[in-house]
Amino acid sequence: MSPERATASTEPALSVSGLECRRGERLVFSNLDIDLEAGEVLQISGPNGSGKTTLLRAIAGLTPPTAGEVRWCGRRIDEGRVEFLRDLAYLGHADGVKAELTVWEDLEVAEALRGGGLTVADALDRLGLTELADTLGRYLSAGQRRRLALCRILTSGARLWLLDEPFAALDEATITTVGRLLEQQAERGGLAIVTSHHPLPIDHARVVRLAA
Amino acid sequence: MSRQSGLWRACLGLIRRDLLCVSRHRAEAANPLLFFAMVATIFPIALGPDPKALAAIGPGAIWASALLSTLLSLEGMFRPDLEDGSIEQLLLCPHPLPVLVLAKVCAHWLATGLPLLLLAPLLALQFGLTMESTTTLLLSLALGTPALSLLGAVGVALTVGLRGAGLLLALLLLPLYVPILIFATGAGGAVQRGLAPSAHLNMLTALLVLALTLAPIAAAAALRVRG
Repeated sequence: MSPERATASTEPALSVSGLECRRGERLVFSNLDIDLEAGEVLQISGPNGSGKTTLLRAIAGLTPPTAGEVRWCGRRIDEGRVEFLRDLAYLGHADGVKAELTVWEDLEVAEALRGGGLTVADALDRLGLTELADTLGRYLSAGQRRRLALCRILTSGARLWLLDEPFAALDEATITTVGRLLEQQAERGGLAIVTSHHPLPIDHARVVRLAA
Repeated sequence: MSRQSGLWRACLGLIRRDLLCVSRHRAEAANPLLFFAMVATIFPIALGPDPKALAAIGPGAIWASALLSTLLSLEGMFRPDLEDGSIEQLLLCPHPLPVLVLAKVCAHWLATGLPLLLLAPLLALQFGLTMESTTTLLLSLALGTPALSLLGAVGVALTVGLRGAGLLLALLLLPLYVPILIFATGAGGAVQRGLAPSAHLNMLTALLVLALTLAPIAAAAALRVRG
């Protein structure tokens, strides 16, 4: 995706305003405002149950917020849904790895569903999964499954990354690799929102803290 | 790459993925088919060897077995995706969700409806159905089972992940399945009375077209709420 599209508008690339989410009766957070420019990486931190995942799901449009709105390039995401989704890559809590498919097949399907970024081979190479390409999903460790889910983000070539606890179960070398990937994403004018308890392994990350 | 071919690729990718998953889970995938064969075999044994009675109930018995076996297999359409989280990727795909749902239903039918259709002539032998009766039965199954899968997708999308979803699913779907069952067995009855089954088959086609156009939209909307 070309970075020009973000600069064409004077508004921030992603703007969250007055967002409020409830889970059942409980208010998770309210009146949340976030503006994110192209090339920025934002970390959302906060204790367990503070609504990090809920916020990410609301930004992705998976869970509709009870109040407020999310705008992407100036358009509400529920109005310009398809354009928004074309720019979005989401890494959820679950890895979405099929036990019955090999690593290669799994990524191939992901690439068919929304390609536009790295090829399957390149993405596997970036996260050191090339040797496991023919291994079935059921035999992968938790960290390897997480790496495969991250490969999916790379094949999408999306401008906005929403990553929910991407470092969960990853070893230190891979954490550094993911940090580098986040920096590269920022350099090419992309955006990333990352939920994590630990500081991100990159230099310039903004942090939003959610209270319990 | 144009958008159209992107959508086409996405659908083929989904169908391929679901069929691959089924082919590597053969024992589980064969369950509904075994169930179908078993139920359809119990009828001739239970009702005795009178050829006339058997031929009369044959199409109905085979259809009832097909319906129950489809009901048994429906959960598999979305439950694995919900459990492993790949449903989120489906929901966030930049393609129209109803079309992707249609691709998944297509894969479900290929894995469950088609084998049923292929096994049916063998089961028709047990009931001593005539050639004409068997042909009509197969036609009605070819038109009816895709409709069962399509309507089933709506039910599963609504109930997937709920506790005790199985019974709820049956309660939701049986009323929707009744018209299909009536016209399908009506076609069989017409042949046995020496009439043309075309009226019933036409109605069955109409139901299939209706399900084909509306069910993916309804199932997609239900998935958005549940996902």
